[in-house]
Amino acid sequence: MSAPSIEVSGLGKRYVIEHEARPDRLSDQLHHTARKFWRRLRWGTGFAREEFWALRDVSFAVQPGEVVGIVGRNGAGKSTLLKVLSRITEPTIGRVRLRGRVASLLEVGTGFHPELSGRENVYLNGAILGMSRREIRRKFDEIVAFAEVERFLDTPVKRYSSGMYVRLAFAVAAHLEPEILIVDEVLAVGDLAFQRKCLGKMQSVSSQEGRTVLFVSHNLASIRQLCSRAVLLSSGAVQLIGPTPRVIEAYQLGLADEPSASVPKPNADQVDRAFTTAVSVETLQGEPRSVLPLGEPWRVRVRFRIVSPQKAFVAAVGVKAIDGIAVQTAWAPPRDLAPGDYEAVFTQDRVAIETGTYLLRVGLSSEGRTFQQFEAARIEIVSEGARGYFPMTAGVGAVLNSMGTSVERIA
Amino acid sequence: MTDSASPATETVLEAGRSETHYWKDLWRYRELLGFLAWRDVKVRYKQAALGAAWALFQPLITMAIFTFVFGRLAKMPSGGVPYPLLVLAGLLPWQLFSTALGGASNSVVGNSHLISKVYFPRLVIPIASLGVAAIDFAIVLALFLAMSFWFAYPPGWQFLVLPFYIALALLLALGAGLWLTSLTVRFRDFRFIVPFMLQVGVFVSPVGFRTDYYPNWRALLGLNPLTGVIDGFRWCLLDGNQNIDPLNLGYSIAFAAVLMASGLWYFRRTERQFADVI
Repeated sequence: MSAPSIEVSGLGKRYVIEHEARPDRLSDQLHHTARKFWRRLRWGTGFAREEFWALRDVSFAVQPGEVVGIVGRNGAGKSTLLKVLSRITEPTIGRVRLRGRVASLLEVGTGFHPELSGRENVYLNGAILGMSRREIRRKFDEIVAFAEVERFLDTPVKRYSSGMYVRLAFAVAAHLEPEILIVDEVLAVGDLAFQRKCLGKMQSVSSQEGRTVLFVSHNLASIRQLCSRAVLLSSGAVQLIGPTPRVIEAYQLGLADEPSASVPKPNADQVDRAFTTAVSVETLQGEPRSVLPLGEPWRVRVRFRIVSPQKAFVAAVGVKAIDGIAVQTAWAPPRDLAPGDYEAVFTQDRVAIETGTYLLRVGLSSEGRTFQQFEAARIEIVSEGARGYFPMTAGVGAVLNSMGTSVERIA
Repeated sequence: MTDSASPATETVLEAGRSETHYWKDLWRYRELLGFLAWRDVKVRYKQAALGAAWALFQPLITMAIFTFVFGRLAKMPSGGVPYPLLVLAGLLPWQLFSTALGGASNSVVGNSHLISKVYFPRLVIPIASLGVAAIDFAIVLALFLAMSFWFAYPPGWQFLVLPFYIALALLLALGAGLWLTSLTVRFRDFRFIVPFMLQVGVFVSPVGFRTDYYPNWRALLGLNPLTGVIDGFRWCLLDGNQNIDPLNLGYSIAFAAVLMASGLWYFRRTERQFADVI
């Protein structure tokens, strides 16, 4: 076997968080400001320093032609890892060896300028991603055809629809010819058909052209579809490396462990009226979960406190796909409520929604005016342990098989 | 850049190691440098009804005012040069310097979206920002040449030395720009300081009058490194009708060299943290 394309050993990245003491006398304040100024001039940091390791002793290797996924919760260090590998930021300790030309795609359309035309932006973006002018010229027609924007090539991209913009941006990136491609969550944008096209393109890039791809996504379905192996990061350290299904399973088990929902502190207005005290997502057996098998019913409990009498009070929950599209809303009918503690229960037992990541929103309103609304939890619907027949054809956010159906012989 | 025939390259990333390929990388990214400069030039006068004509209005109006104030009211000596030409020959290097410095010192913060998303030698950004200044300069230089023929006072052979003084003005601007753009990443205060410095600068530089008629003041005026550059421009553009003080010129050259070297040092020292701090 040849040498690995990406070799990461003992990698660590430290950030220093500044906590500034609050001096209370003016003279102290001046002294403080002067010292702070001097330190910043030397690019040192403020006073109380707290070290924070975004990555700790990360080691792994990726073989040429392999597609490896990186999963982990928010703040696990995925983006920091990609930033180090893309040379945007330096490691604090450890070493990375990259064999081959690297292109990184941490964002779609980096450097696109709204005033420039589509044609001009293809050249600009291509150069930013590391293509030469000759290379861009050679692939120009292919890029434009892939993006399906032929008619608008000479229009400034500020007049593009967001879909066109993303398609053009991705098309440029998809035509890079690096030996190592580092991709962050860029597929979360664009419409479904185009996402498919991109996944297909990435797959052919690795399988036919032998490129190495490192891929971060919250979309477990695309990780599963693309990657043979995956790395699970947790609090900056590697928790598990292995075949994708095993890593995803471990990731989901980990998700199930964490408290499933969070509730913000009420503000002044809410303290006087009513506010949410607790939210939980659970199975019908009452076990708290944030990872739920497809088709399996689940339940949301919202506890709230009424402080002053509320007229036509409504507690509601909404389910949004991770890309922001609202999928479901449910509410209890308006009621006049006297002060006290209440619980609203919402049961998902009438329809199933497609596998994917969803955000659960909770809202309280009275007389049609919403006064508290927040994101309470992230829910993962997964195909492992799915109950019933699901041919898996719809996209994230689809409500599955929710129409009355019948099949009868008519002739 | 990504020439498909190039052999497999190996990159090692370690703390403090980014330096090794820096200058080679800078060369590899020269096309990006060109594209960024082209972008800035292209965008500069977009959606302005008069477009690039704006590059002419500002110097023309400044020239008219300075000619009136210094030439008519103060009756400062012109040494036989049509006063508008005298002013414009001083305005040319001043504008080149101030546009280049203003652009360079804002460049890194203005491109923070690139810094936090893509790798390339960061030095590309301030260098590319000089493109706008160069284009504006070329437009005004063309205006100057047209005017010099109109006044029947065309430049002589000294014109061939002009590139040297252009380079000197750009080095001064880039050297200071490297300092200021790195400092702006940390202290946005410099966003207010730079325009103010430039506003004051036009009055402490001999833009509206010639220095060689004030020998007593020349040393003091010469403390401003731009004085040597402006005198040099006049010598090149006004058919040699301006004597050059070798002391001032030497000082300007030394100043530019020190500023550029220290600016490079500070920029290189801090650029590794740009993405973390910006």
